[in-house]
Amino acid sequence: MKLDWLVLRSGSVSLRIDRRVPPMLMCLGAIALVGMVVNIGRGEYPIAALDIVKTVLGLDTGNPDHAFVVNTLRLPRTLVAFLVGVAFAISGTIFQGLTRNPLADPGIIGINAGASLAAVTVIVLFPSVPIYTLPLSAFAGALLMAVLIYTLAWNNGSSPILLILIGVGLSAIAGAFTSLLITFGQIDDVSSALVWLAGSVYGRTWEQVFSFLPWLVIFVPMALVLAIHLNALNLGDDVAKSLGSRVEWQRGMLVLVGVALAGAGVATAGTIGFVGLIAPHLGRQLVGTNHQGLIPTSALLGGIIVVLADLLGRTLFAPLELPCGVVTAAIGAPYFLYLLIRNRQKSSL
Amino acid sequence: MKGLSTKNLSLAYDGAPIVRDLNLAIPTGQITALVGANGCGKSTLLRGLARLLKPIGGAVYLNSTSILQLSTKEVAQQLGILPQGPVAPEGLTVKDLVAQGRYPYQNWLQQWSVQDEKIVQQALSITDLLNLAERSLDTLSGGQRQRAWIAMALAQDTEILLLDEPTTFLDLAHQVEVLDLLYELNQIQERTIVMVLHDLNQACRYADYLVAVKDGRIFAAGAPQQVMTEEMVREVFGLECRIVPDPVVKTPLCVPIGRKGEKKLQTKSSDL
Repeated sequence: MKLDWLVLRSGSVSLRIDRRVPPMLMCLGAIALVGMVVNIGRGEYPIAALDIVKTVLGLDTGNPDHAFVVNTLRLPRTLVAFLVGVAFAISGTIFQGLTRNPLADPGIIGINAGASLAAVTVIVLFPSVPIYTLPLSAFAGALLMAVLIYTLAWNNGSSPILLILIGVGLSAIAGAFTSLLITFGQIDDVSSALVWLAGSVYGRTWEQVFSFLPWLVIFVPMALVLAIHLNALNLGDDVAKSLGSRVEWQRGMLVLVGVALAGAGVATAGTIGFVGLIAPHLGRQLVGTNHQGLIPTSALLGGIIVVLADLLGRTLFAPLELPCGVVTAAIGAPYFLYLLIRNRQKSSL
Repeated sequence: MKGLSTKNLSLAYDGAPIVRDLNLAIPTGQITALVGANGCGKSTLLRGLARLLKPIGGAVYLNSTSILQLSTKEVAQQLGILPQGPVAPEGLTVKDLVAQGRYPYQNWLQQWSVQDEKIVQQALSITDLLNLAERSLDTLSGGQRQRAWIAMALAQDTEILLLDEPTTFLDLAHQVEVLDLLYELNQIQERTIVMVLHDLNQACRYADYLVAVKDGRIFAAGAPQQVMTEEMVREVFGLECRIVPDPVVKTPLCVPIGRKGEKKLQTKSSDL
């Protein structure tokens, strides 16, 4: 009997992935593109799909407004939506794999709250600093939070629920400090912080896209490279160690990647919750648990979720606009509860 | 010296010393069973042997080199360990788990060589799991799941295999199934096997070398026929027993006396 894997070998390079991965990635890629085109097309000033594609490619559509509406207003916004979805999803996949906890998500375990607090601090106290420093400060806040969570809850194989509880507690504390800053800050700075805090891609421009991109360019490939180590760590510390994994070092690298992606995502679009929770779960249903295939799959799923959430938020109650973070929370919170209940039933067996 | 040995090994758990100044040479190509009362340090010793626990004194030697001087990957190519009651992530398939055993031979470019594939195939066929390869672990029975973990350790292709209570949580038939598998691995592939076992009679039946551990020290070590005595069981387990030959293979069989047995013995002697 032949084992059913898709195997690629040439010379000293060899790779094994689940057979479902390549068609799934193509499918999801197509859905993501369609989703983005639809998202760009909808709005107060509707534009036909063909015209959008033409405009993005720089072809003339015969309407001089298209270039401004598409390329200046809506394309960067949709790109930001897709890219932060990718970042949160990869971050969630990493944390779920590392903690072996299906409920771990950068939002739920408090990492996003740490990033927000740091970013709001910068926005309110140092309003004049340039935009590309936001991801840096958010990253620092997220990292600090990760260290706190690690020391409080991660050691000695603590229970999944404890990790979540500590995360929720730390989130609340960080949230309280964030509120404090907002209460005492200058009104102009506070209002810009508030728009951003809601988890929205509203008004995002190329500036945000370009300050976010370097983080993706560095950390997404790192996540893919570290996938084989994540597979080992996903079996638990003892098994990973006996397989020859340098557990502390590899886990440290993976935490760094997960924190960087979540932090930069928060810095770009605020806290868009539950994407990092849902995307890996859907991904595992589609392509299994092997992280070489799971990371790209859940990345695309995350991008699609945020693009669709933005589309829903813009169209559901138009002309009123819901931040996409509200939409993902409305879908994600019940899903989280479902997982929580299922997890509890299983651990009580 | 070839194989696995310890010299003045001391191990601690959460700061409390458990194993003290222990010298042990694991016989190569044989099955060794570690037995002892709960909390005597046998599992700690196994974890120490597998470098999962850093010694506070002394060292573990693998082919005469201190295990800490070898890279963890080099060790993983020679020594595999299956911890007690490992838990697989949800949805992991048998083939993905077993393929994970090739981790010490992989790097980012070379993730699935022809050799990797061949050995995983072998591991699955020895453990009789080829038909279950696509199933996810949480849909299997306890015995099948344990076989899958053993298959992963086999795919690691190590001369030495350490197992911490490989039969816990299994019913008797599955316990025998797992032990038979380990016995065959030792017989056919000449692998050195070291395992912690709770059941003394199984230990006597399957082990060539029996190590009785008491208070973090070796109380007795040798062939089961020599080690397994009524005094040893009294000293190590605090249990009165009779040792009789196993009716099937003639290895020592421990029959505990207990209070009920004591009563019976007394009435018997008064009858005489």
